[in-house]
Amino acid sequence: MGLAKRIIPCLDVDNGRVVKGVNFVDIRDAGNPVEVAKRYNEQGADEITFLDITATHHGRGTTVEMVEQIASEIFIPLTVGGGIRKVEDIRTMLNAGADKVGINSAAITNPELVREAAEKFGSQCIVIAIDAKRVSADNEPGQWEIFTHGGRKPTGIDAIEWAIKMTELGAGEVLLTSMDGDGTKKGYDLELTRAISDAVKVPVIASGGVGNLDHLVDGVIQGGADAVLAASIFHFGEYSVPQAKAHLAKHDIEVRF
Amino acid sequence: MSQSVAIIDYGMGNLHSVASAVAHEAPHSHIHVTADESLILSADHVIFPGVGAIRDCMSEINRLNLGATVKQVIAQKQPILGVCVGMQGLMTHSEENGGVNCLDVFPAKVKLFQGAAYETGQHDHLKVPHMGWNNVKQLSDHPVWHGIKDDERFYFVHSYFVDMSDPSEVIGQCDYGQQFAAAFARDNLVAAQFHPEKSHIAGLRFLRNFLNWSGE
Repeated sequence: MGLAKRIIPCLDVDNGRVVKGVNFVDIRDAGNPVEVAKRYNEQGADEITFLDITATHHGRGTTVEMVEQIASEIFIPLTVGGGIRKVEDIRTMLNAGADKVGINSAAITNPELVREAAEKFGSQCIVIAIDAKRVSADNEPGQWEIFTHGGRKPTGIDAIEWAIKMTELGAGEVLLTSMDGDGTKKGYDLELTRAISDAVKVPVIASGGVGNLDHLVDGVIQGGADAVLAASIFHFGEYSVPQAKAHLAKHDIEVRF
Repeated sequence: MSQSVAIIDYGMGNLHSVASAVAHEAPHSHIHVTADESLILSADHVIFPGVGAIRDCMSEINRLNLGATVKQVIAQKQPILGVCVGMQGLMTHSEENGGVNCLDVFPAKVKLFQGAAYETGQHDHLKVPHMGWNNVKQLSDHPVWHGIKDDERFYFVHSYFVDMSDPSEVIGQCDYGQQFAAAFARDNLVAAQFHPEKSHIAGLRFLRNFLNWSGE
């Protein structure tokens, strides 16, 4: 009994297809986003995250239509992120049926966007997406920096300080991606997840690096995550959402069945 | 004549998901997402949703004179469902935004989740907003619970809660560091802190039960 830890399948969508890259390159096709989202909804996913990684303007129109289609067919929360630059983009996605919108690099160039968005739409629908990379050596105390452009561009911003600042500005949730882990199947960066989960008031979603179901358990117990996000382990049929939930439950983690 | 459902629109957040969940459960109904008094007062069922901050919600409700409309819906016995901030708006007062007076339909106060359990810097503190799927204990056999098992999970997202000071009208209870009211009922009025439209099978059933309910 009590608040359940959430399992969130993530759809990385490029030009209308679900894809999954290893460290954002070598992209594999995993299907039509609407069909994939419906499948996870039926499997009992607690939420769906839709990350638009489409670069072209034309492709972004397709994204809005897909969000509309997904939103009318699933009755669980839907978060949409990727390419959100201004308040108008957030409004577009909320009107298309998103429940929450993720802001990533736009917050770095314009932190006030987070405050403005939270005031306008409410903190509950503003997610700060943080892509962090470990910059400390293995034998040093952990230190992480925010990176943009798919992990290529350092910003000099400390990840923990950034998470605190963004949630104080009004973000109601943190989507924390370890750039070191993403696509590697070696598990979340647990030290990073724990540091941020303990430092902020709001829920933290762990992301980046899930390769098996033990990684989800570690993210909750060691990382202190409120929700665990994964993509390829679900997309390619290695594990189903019910299997993931059963595994968490076996480790005494509250889940929704 | 087919059923008409009015979803009260006062410009706060997207009502897309409420409307699509209603369309899913009552496919032949006429759904009006509206602030129009006559449409609301003539609907078979009325939904009073709400997201965001209470100050902005109440100021729009007052500007559009929807408080009087909601009270008339209640008085003329139309079944009405308040959701999330819509439910909070039915209480006497909220301490959000420095203190906001609400519609005072239920004599209860809306309070922030706070205290040691919610503080940062300690291991596994409770997060605010209370976000995700939590158990709802049914305190009555109200028709909206039909076919839903006790302690079923519903999706919540809120930082403020309605306290349990007058439990006689509370039909659902939830626990997040402290007990709070997850659902209220009085006569033709039901209100839920959780989002039925986002609560998958149980939420859709709750919504269907409401849409099938005569308000008695």
